[in-house]
Amino acid sequence: MYRRWGGRIWGGFGDLGDFADREPHEEKRSAAPGKFGRCAVPSVTTATGAPAMAAPSVFLLAVSGEIESGEFPGFDDLYCKFSFVYGQDWVPTAGLEEGISQITSKSSVSPTTLVWNFPIDITFKSTNPFGWPQIVLSVYGPDFFGHDVVRGYGAVHVPFVPGRHKRTIAMFVPESTSRLQQLTSWFTGRRPEFTDPKVVAQGEGREVTRVRSQGFVTVSFNVMTKDLHKLGYDVGQGPGPQGLQGL
Amino acid sequence: MGLWYKWFYFPYISFRKYLILNHFHFFSVSELPPIPSTSRISFAELSVRQRMREKLKAARVRIPQKSCVIDLSLIRNTHFILLALCCVNLSWDIYFFISEFQDDFPSEEEAYNFFTFNFDAVAEKMKTGSRKKNGLNEEEEVEEEDEQEEDEMLQDILHGFLLSSNVSLVPASEKMPRNRQPRYLEDEGLYTGERPFVSQSNQNILENRILRQDQGKEWFGDDGKILALPNPIKQSSTRPPIFSLEEGIAPELETVYRKAIKMTSTNQYFVGPGDFQGLFQLDIDISGLIFTHHPCFSREHVLAAKLAQLYDQYLARKQKNLTKLLTDKLHALRSAVQYSMEGGGGDGVPVAQQSIPEYKMEIRQTRRLRDAEQEKDRTLLKTIIKVWKQIKSLRDFQKFTNTPMKLYLRKEEVDQKSDEKAYEAEIQAEINELLEECMEEYEKKMEEYKTELHDWKSWKKTQSKKKKKKDTHAEEESEDHDFGEERIKPIPPKMANSLEIEQQVREKADSCRRKPGEPILVPELTLSGSITPTEQCPRAEVLRREDVKKRSAFIKVLFNSKEVSRTVTRPISSDFRVHFGQIFNLQIINWPESLKLQIYETTGISSTTLLAEVFLPVPETAVLTGSAPLEEIEFSSDQRVMLDHEGVGSGVSFSFEADGSNKMTFMTSGKVSSSVSWAVGEKGIPLIPPVAQQNTGIPSALKNIDAIASIGTSGLTDMKKLAKWAAEAKLDPNDPNNAALMQLIMISTSGEAHVPDFFRLEQLQQEFNFVSDEEFNRSKRFRLLQLRSEEVAEFRNYKQVPLHEREISEKIFQDYEKRVQERDVIDSKNYLDAHRAVVASYLQKVRESVIKRFLTAKHHFILSDLVNEEEIPGLGSEGPGILGLGLFKLAEPKRPLRPRRKERKKVTAQNLSDGDIKLLVNIIRAYDIPVRKSVMSKLQQPSKSSRSFNEMFAASPSAQSPPNSPDWAFNQVLVRPFVEVSFQRTVCRTTTAEGPSPCWNEELELPFRYAPNGDYSTHSLQSVKDEVFINVFDEVLHDAVEDDRERGSGIHTRIERHWLGCVKIPFTTIYFQARIDGTFKVNIPPVLLGYSKEKSVGMERGFDSVRNLSEGSYITLFITIEPQLIPGESVREKMNEMLKKFDTQEDEKLLQAAEKYEAECTSKFPSRQCLTTVIDLDGKTVFITRYIKPLNPPQELLDAVPDRSQTAELVARYVALIPFLPDSVSFAGICDLWSTSDQFLYLLAGDEEEHAVLLCNYFLGMGKKAWLVIGNAIPEGPTAYVLTLEQSQYVIWNPSTGCFYGQYDTFCPLQNVYCLISCDNIWFNMQEYDSPGRMYFDISKPKLWKPFFSRSLPFPGLRSIQVLMDLTVVISLSYCRIEKILKDKIMEWRPTRPTRWNRYCTSTLRNFLPLLEQNQGKDVEDDHQAELQKQLGDYRVSGFPIHMPYSEVRPLIEAVHSTRVHTIDVSNVEFALAAYIHAYPQNVLSIWIYVASLVRNR
Repeated sequence: MYRRWGGRIWGGFGDLGDFADREPHEEKRSAAPGKFGRCAVPSVTTATGAPAMAAPSVFLLAVSGEIESGEFPGFDDLYCKFSFVYGQDWVPTAGLEEGISQITSKSSVSPTTLVWNFPIDITFKSTNPFGWPQIVLSVYGPDFFGHDVVRGYGAVHVPFVPGRHKRTIAMFVPESTSRLQQLTSWFTGRRPEFTDPKVVAQGEGREVTRVRSQGFVTVSFNVMTKDLHKLGYDVGQGPGPQGLQGL
Repeated sequence: MGLWYKWFYFPYISFRKYLILNHFHFFSVSELPPIPSTSRISFAELSVRQRMREKLKAARVRIPQKSCVIDLSLIRNTHFILLALCCVNLSWDIYFFISEFQDDFPSEEEAYNFFTFNFDAVAEKMKTGSRKKNGLNEEEEVEEEDEQEEDEMLQDILHGFLLSSNVSLVPASEKMPRNRQPRYLEDEGLYTGERPFVSQSNQNILENRILRQDQGKEWFGDDGKILALPNPIKQSSTRPPIFSLEEGIAPELETVYRKAIKMTSTNQYFVGPGDFQGLFQLDIDISGLIFTHHPCFSREHVLAAKLAQLYDQYLARKQKNLTKLLTDKLHALRSAVQYSMEGGGGDGVPVAQQSIPEYKMEIRQTRRLRDAEQEKDRTLLKTIIKVWKQIKSLRDFQKFTNTPMKLYLRKEEVDQKSDEKAYEAEIQAEINELLEECMEEYEKKMEEYKTELHDWKSWKKTQSKKKKKKDTHAEEESEDHDFGEERIKPIPPKMANSLEIEQQVREKADSCRRKPGEPILVPELTLSGSITPTEQCPRAEVLRREDVKKRSAFIKVLFNSKEVSRTVTRPISSDFRVHFGQIFNLQIINWPESLKLQIYETTGISSTTLLAEVFLPVPETAVLTGSAPLEEIEFSSDQRVMLDHEGVGSGVSFSFEADGSNKMTFMTSGKVSSSVSWAVGEKGIPLIPPVAQQNTGIPSALKNIDAIASIGTSGLTDMKKLAKWAAEAKLDPNDPNNAALMQLIMISTSGEAHVPDFFRLEQLQQEFNFVSDEEFNRSKRFRLLQLRSEEVAEFRNYKQVPLHEREISEKIFQDYEKRVQERDVIDSKNYLDAHRAVVASYLQKVRESVIKRFLTAKHHFILSDLVNEEEIPGLGSEGPGILGLGLFKLAEPKRPLRPRRKERKKVTAQNLSDGDIKLLVNIIRAYDIPVRKSVMSKLQQPSKSSRSFNEMFAASPSAQSPPNSPDWAFNQVLVRPFVEVSFQRTVCRTTTAEGPSPCWNEELELPFRYAPNGDYSTHSLQSVKDEVFINVFDEVLHDAVEDDRERGSGIHTRIERHWLGCVKIPFTTIYFQARIDGTFKVNIPPVLLGYSKEKSVGMERGFDSVRNLSEGSYITLFITIEPQLIPGESVREKMNEMLKKFDTQEDEKLLQAAEKYEAECTSKFPSRQCLTTVIDLDGKTVFITRYIKPLNPPQELLDAVPDRSQTAELVARYVALIPFLPDSVSFAGICDLWSTSDQFLYLLAGDEEEHAVLLCNYFLGMGKKAWLVIGNAIPEGPTAYVLTLEQSQYVIWNPSTGCFYGQYDTFCPLQNVYCLISCDNIWFNMQEYDSPGRMYFDISKPKLWKPFFSRSLPFPGLRSIQVLMDLTVVISLSYCRIEKILKDKIMEWRPTRPTRWNRYCTSTLRNFLPLLEQNQGKDVEDDHQAELQKQLGDYRVSGFPIHMPYSEVRPLIEAVHSTRVHTIDVSNVEFALAAYIHAYPQNVLSIWIYVASLVRNR
């Protein structure tokens, strides 16, 4: 008859729906409601480009930066895995798609942050902004018994706008389905894990899971794009100077 | 005669004073209301006790009325009384007995007599006979006379309060008026109707009774019968009889299962299902709560609240400023009067003249109002100041401050003189007016006085006249005095005193007006005061403050009196305000009935009390979010709260005075500020439900004002409706507010603007389109993207859709378009007859629909898809075990000395890419490979290559004689076999071994190369149709030396390979099984030219003799996939779950029982599959036994062989000839769909269970005892077999090959047996072992076989879903086409070399084939050899017939290809190929292909 909505403070189910909006915003702006999969067409605006150069057929996205640090209160000796998740039209052309960091411990200097400073450097080429790359992070560390257990999953889109960006990703882990399982998983050190860390980069099927937030990871990105503007995609002005846009 | 007695023993009481019989109580329910008649009979002169005894003994009163009555009599005696209670006999007569005995207990004799007494139904007998029979009392005889007398007496007594009825027939003459004959209307032809049936005796009683009354005859009609209306009772009952299925429950009380129906509600608040327009939204903004009184208020708070209230009032008044308004009005009126008096008077305008008194009236009224307002203002100000003073004094008194309130009185100085002047002028004006008024009044009164005086005077005169008269009539005087009253002389009205008036005015002005020169006081209330900190407060106050801190409040929102949300619990602040600031969006689908807020207060942790309920008005349709103002709604509670601290409580009287006088009582009260409004949707459309019934929803008055309320929001676009509404509401066309609307309506009604009649969907769509539809459809890129997102198979995994149109080639769509076009076009090229093409396209459609369903299911996730979690440790089950065991595991050594085999880590298929998957095939050994036969040696031994079905079970297996030729041992090498494995056209081979029982022990690795569309997801791997061919070849070395001279210097040999047999394993089987480990029968053609089976070899050896019990060659294999893939179990389960949701026609109870049964079975044997329900082709769940029904096999098969036992084989072969098509391939491994036998025969394709069901049904039709076996077999995995009972032995039939095995056959592919199914029951294997050789098949033992239907749940007689079908006629087909296709293919496979066809050989082979079919491939081998030899002469022939069921051409080609006949590259090789099709009923085709290669011997 009616459905209870938690008001403004609680997003309720509305929040889950937000995952649908996680496609790049060009998509959102141009996609016609009701028709699926209409993607922005690159208007043939090569007039600005040099006439001698052939019109580009792909655009490039170069991402460098690092997984700087994490804040996981109560946990220590953590390491971090990262991987990129991207759409079907994207191909990594150079750099590492996946990586695993060293184990880092807390120090007396900064007792709350775990510093990895793990570099990421990857270049993609793509024909379609749909499926813009996301970085998926998963943090692991030993538990009380020394089992290696997951301490957090998190994902964030690579920023669209060229320039330097810093992102703080909230990390979370799936919850046990029952108290009993929570207890046994604590004993056995086999906590619930996502079947694939890439799950956190997708919106589908998330409604069946329950998670608990567990900490934060700070990642910095240096983003460069090539030919994105030429192909008719306007990502707005970045914080950096104009010159960054060309590779 | 139903009799029962009850004894009542009353304790012996010897009080003689109770000797009198007190009461008779009769309760007669039927015709009379209970008459508690009391008869008090006193027989004082007699020995009462004695007499009563007599009487009671005789009081055997018969009440012969027809009645179902319980008569209860109670006769009390002081002594022992025996009471025999009513006995009702069959004729419904009631007897009433009272027996009384002597003072003591009844003697044995008496008791006996009582019980053996025969109560007779007939009254007469009773009366006369009873006395004689009854020997109750010996006194009876003595005092018979006396008794008779007393009997009558008693009758009389009884008659006093009972009607004794007469049953005798009343003569007609009595009923009719005298001298009249009864007249029968019916005989006269009039309709009388049927009278209700009343028994004759009852009628008689009634008639007798009526006649006894006065005027009783009135009740009788002309025919001498009682007047009665026709029978109103229907002949048959309208209510159907209820039959109960269940015992023990009354049929009316039995619960009946009904499927839930969606309610089509009649409730006015529901929007009907048809016009559901989505969710509507009501936004409820609850901003906060202010208490105007609260139990925790301190006295200061009470005052402060009062002050605040007064101040609010003051502000409100100030804003309205009525005083000023009225004063101005007064001035205006006065000046108007002045003007009209002065200027207007001269003009003599009559209007003005007329209006002066009106003005004056108005002035008077206005002045009065103004005075009242001024007084109010002043008192308000005074009260404010008074309260503020009270607060101040209270603060001084209690020495602390609780509220931050501070009142400032701002003085506005005024100019003394001008003020005084104005004041004076005002007073003067007022005085003048009053004077005038008084004058008017005076004049008026004067007038009145004058008339009255006149009257009086005249009256006086008459009076005096009368007096004179009265003197004469003295006696009348007194009366007259009474009559006429003395009239009082009217008093002349007083002239108003101007001084008095002035004084009045001044007094009034003093009281309610500011004195001249007095500054104007403007109070200002601020919250700037400081509150005394808690530490400095006295204890009681500290307690109060702590109490306040503990308290918090929240508000529940109730929609249609159901709680929908609640605010957060917020503490009550020290100033008794609660701020929520929450907005609740209520999504509703109907017009709200009520909106209510419940205010709750919580104290401490536990107690929550409902303070008050506030109803919110449902907003009008025009109130939208964003424009709705916050409204304050007051509430109050009648709760009585007393507190033991400074708080004043609520509902408790308290006083500010020290002496406790002037008590006040306050109730908890407050204000909620909130607003309710309709939300505005994404497109700016207000989300308001249509008012379902407009006449109930909104009062009609509102309708006239609000257009939206009247015709709904959607109506606004409808011009006609709007215009109609405007006309009805009588909008003011001159009101500027309506201007726009009126113009619109004008235009629309005048017809100048064209109002379209059509309705456009998504009229805004165009604005959102970034390209036009034509362009969109034309663009290849968009099309590609669209198809990809729709997950069309061809494009599902398309990567990197090019950015530019020009980079997309047209070819991409070609395949897809072709497929789409051909969907409906039946292509008969690949099919030999039209029927098969139709079936194929039908199957294709089923497949597509199932896949579509599956794709939707794929997007439906369950937890295990996303999260890996340890299983719940169950108690006592396998797996992780109980928690305790899990803990023990922790203590286990990390590296145990005897490590156990661990499961390989499973890999989810989605992470894979091309080349990641490998197929590992381990070829271990083979048994009984056919050996070469010397061409020259004419072995004409009648070797029995196969035993018949009969021999196998009837005769002992050792009966075979080894008629061996002696020369076999001297032949050089018998056979040099090797194994070649081909998968997806990749070929791998082992090394060559020697002998008929070779051992290779080699591992072959085959890459998995072609996943469909490059998709390695689970479901696409499941639908891989490729098969693994394991072919056994013989490597033949031929001397290739052309020239004998070279023989000394070199060896030239040519290697030829001869196909011996093959094993085919579908990839899906490996995929689902994860590994395949076992010994398989090699499929060896019935005739292998040049080879023979040397069975005798093993006969002497002990071990092999066991092996040799069975027929054929065997190969031991181990196959697995690396890495181990997770078969999509979860997907399948999910799909099954989904399918279960589809409707079913099974009884709910049965399904529940099935579920329970399955759960019970699987909990005991988790590895054994328990099957109770399956899904049919329509996706409905069907109970499995419905599939089993005896069916008659085709008559042709029965006629073919006279021997019954051979018929069974023939039938099995027939069933096996129906092509095998695994469901998992056709339906992408989603689920097993079971088709019925007729569907199966129509489709001519099915997997194990369809074959098994059909075979089982045929066996049952032949009168055999047969069961369906659900079990596990190699290589199929979970499968269905058929079990029959033959001559006290159990035989297992493989329905898809037609082979049969004994129960103890070692090579029986059936490895595990899980359940047996017959047409009326399911048995689950409860035995320790489940391999057929180690178990009992006696299903009558419930310990071994747990039945589904048992005594507790009997078989409800489920109807079979199998339909009898007519088998259609045989269609004969030409084999030439197949021959041609295959020949073309062979030539295609040999692109570099010429392929010659030997016509002689082909024709010979063609002759063999029908024979082969006739004999089912038995006993013909040697004939062939000889025949060919004769025909062809000097040729080395190697060849074999391939036998297959026919479905389409492709498998034939594959089979021929896998034999590798075409690979011979001898230069002068010739080929022969012949095909033959034998048609069985219902188009089941058996196809034979004979392939041979010939090399001319030199």
